[in-house]
Amino acid sequence: MIATPPPSTGPIAPPPEIRDTSLNWIKKNLLTPWYNALITLAIAGLAGLVLNNFLRWAINLDGDPNKAQWNVIPANLAIFAVGRYPDEQYWRLWIALGIVAILAGLSWGVVARSVKLFSRNVLIGLAIAACICFLIPVPISPWRLLSVTMLGLVAGSAWLGQQLGRKVPQLGQYTSFAWLGSFLIYLWLLGGNLGLEPVRTGEWGGIMLTVFLAIISILLCFPIGVTMALGRQSELPVVRWFSVAYIEVIRGIPLIAILFMGQVIVPLFLPEGMRPDRVLRAVVGLTLFSSAYLAENVRGGLQSIPRGQEEAAQALGLNAPLTVSLVVLPQALKAVIPAIVGQFISLFQDTTLLSIVGLEELLGMSRSILANPNFIGRYAEVYLFVGVLYWFFCYAMSSGSRYVEKRLNTEHR
Amino acid sequence: MLNWRSLLLTALLAGSLAACATPPEKDSGAAGDGENTAATAEGSRLDVVKDRGRLICGVDGGIPGFSYVDEDSNYSGIDVDICKAVAAAVLGDADAVEYRKLDSTERFTALAGGEVDMLSRNTTWTISRDTSVGLEFAPTTFYDGQGMMVRADSGLETLEDFDGKSVCVEAGTTTELNLTDKMREAGVDPEVKTYQQADPAYQAYDDELCDGFTSDKSQLLARRTTLSDPEAHILLDVTMSKEPLGPVTINNDSAWFDVVKWVTYGLIEAEELGITSENVSEMEGSDDPTVRRFLGAEGELGEGIGLESDFMVNAIEAVGNYSEVYERNLGKDSQFKLDRGLNALWTDGGLLYAPPFR
Repeated sequence: MIATPPPSTGPIAPPPEIRDTSLNWIKKNLLTPWYNALITLAIAGLAGLVLNNFLRWAINLDGDPNKAQWNVIPANLAIFAVGRYPDEQYWRLWIALGIVAILAGLSWGVVARSVKLFSRNVLIGLAIAACICFLIPVPISPWRLLSVTMLGLVAGSAWLGQQLGRKVPQLGQYTSFAWLGSFLIYLWLLGGNLGLEPVRTGEWGGIMLTVFLAIISILLCFPIGVTMALGRQSELPVVRWFSVAYIEVIRGIPLIAILFMGQVIVPLFLPEGMRPDRVLRAVVGLTLFSSAYLAENVRGGLQSIPRGQEEAAQALGLNAPLTVSLVVLPQALKAVIPAIVGQFISLFQDTTLLSIVGLEELLGMSRSILANPNFIGRYAEVYLFVGVLYWFFCYAMSSGSRYVEKRLNTEHR
Repeated sequence: MLNWRSLLLTALLAGSLAACATPPEKDSGAAGDGENTAATAEGSRLDVVKDRGRLICGVDGGIPGFSYVDEDSNYSGIDVDICKAVAAAVLGDADAVEYRKLDSTERFTALAGGEVDMLSRNTTWTISRDTSVGLEFAPTTFYDGQGMMVRADSGLETLEDFDGKSVCVEAGTTTELNLTDKMREAGVDPEVKTYQQADPAYQAYDDELCDGFTSDKSQLLARRTTLSDPEAHILLDVTMSKEPLGPVTINNDSAWFDVVKWVTYGLIEAEELGITSENVSEMEGSDDPTVRRFLGAEGELGEGIGLESDFMVNAIEAVGNYSEVYERNLGKDSQFKLDRGLNALWTDGGLLYAPPFR
């Protein structure tokens, strides 16, 4: 690493065939001229020091009380995952997760029907995930088996989806509908009633509640946001004024104020028994908020579509709804996918604000776990763990969006 | 140009508005019966709780020893045990409680709006809260006071020694105001370092960024166990404020307030009478008329407040008497090993004193 900078002073270009090697890349970008080498060394040293200190803290084999004590994570893993959901009803959540796994696998198989499904990278990923499932020190032993089963379900139904997808080309549409339809099943499994023991939303928590809130809000805010964006460009004054007023009012209020109003102020005006469920109030708040931002994102896309597109559609004899839904919207939405996904990711992160108004989502749950006398002062471990979880979900969303973008682009060119 | 697009939009808008309005019904099964809507105006919260079959109790959810979620995902702590005792007394089931985590800023609004039936959330009894905020304070379940923690070898003994020293404190609390007041009274001018949250504040003290740390004494003692060398820290013999903490209900609902008040007193009285969760069933057959009256074997004390005559039996079976609650959460059976101090019975030199049950 400590290569001396090349002594040459003249601008002599290196032969092209060695430009691409990594050693040359390092030499060229990090070590020339001499002051870059110094900067590289300093930064590498600092990063190494930080990493070294972190690892020394994180890896604690001899039970040193001043180092990380990770037992807080496995001991409370169930609480991080589902909050205070009654444990004799966990089987329902496993079934729901199983359905998600099967649907995810099917969709994957259908989407990738023309390529090799289990490429080397995918197999490595599956193997790593299986190892993690087996190695996680879960106090409840069937959990390991069940989580590996879930991976098996994904892989199995992916294969099935690929085989079916080759025979039935419309399967892709069916899986979309299956996703929507399965939502009612999840609601039933989670909430109970109709033959299952009811579980109040007050007992939902952890990652389950975070993901639930985020998904519902995303599903609801998308149509509302698109409608508002179209409404803002409408030529009917009432519709336009309403959309503009909605967007500008909501964008003028901080999210925490909306959530606070929903959780604390609204009940003041409604009698006991007429109050909507707290989780529902949270969903409404999040949806109202993000649909206003989404509307502006979509409006950006709408404005980027040349006027000629619309005129061409009209010249072909399409009426207004068809012009919008077949010509304008598909192009507009495709143009703003990054912005929309960015909005969804920040919606996912905004669910943490609900811990302030007392919902026990992932972050709120962590606070209660940290107050357990057995784990006082373990906040670094807990927040690190929670941070990794949030990163995982957000990264999954953004890589998903990149994939969608790539697919849409190639199809149209 | 009035075109189709606008019409479509209007329809869509109307549709989405209707969709927003309908979902509440979906969850009405979980939200409880729709009856007793006018309860806050006419009937008592007691009837609301009985009809609902569930007590909604506002807790903090993040204070060690007072309310937290244990490894088995149950709420625990001294505040939580008060909720359980009330639920057991009113409904006969200590698990019929729905806990609502409340921030210190929203707790009174939630109580006033009827979102929660009672608060059991580390709330200090003050005159302004009792009068202008419109609350009723049930008997104090924990007498706390603001203290000062220093390192044992620092040589600091009184507040007067703090001139030019530094003190760490959580921002925006009455603790911070009390500190300023007391330091001005002592005529010294320490550097006050405020932190937005408890965890980084204690970390700063542990890293010797400040000479003293001030907070409620129970919190200081609880946190001391987590410092890198707990034995190296002492609490100064000063009490900078009075912090009587107890359950709270809303004004103008005497029937419900009486229930919370007397269940709390009942736990104290049970300790005085020597009734524990273990011997409560034997004690029902006791010859002592006071014990028999208290447990409802004789007389009709329960009916006076709208409960079963043996309401205290249920409560004590569920959580035990005050001493059991205290020792389990804060005292010798917990990590904190707090002495009873002011929280002992009046017969032992403490402040706990229950009026007679007769």
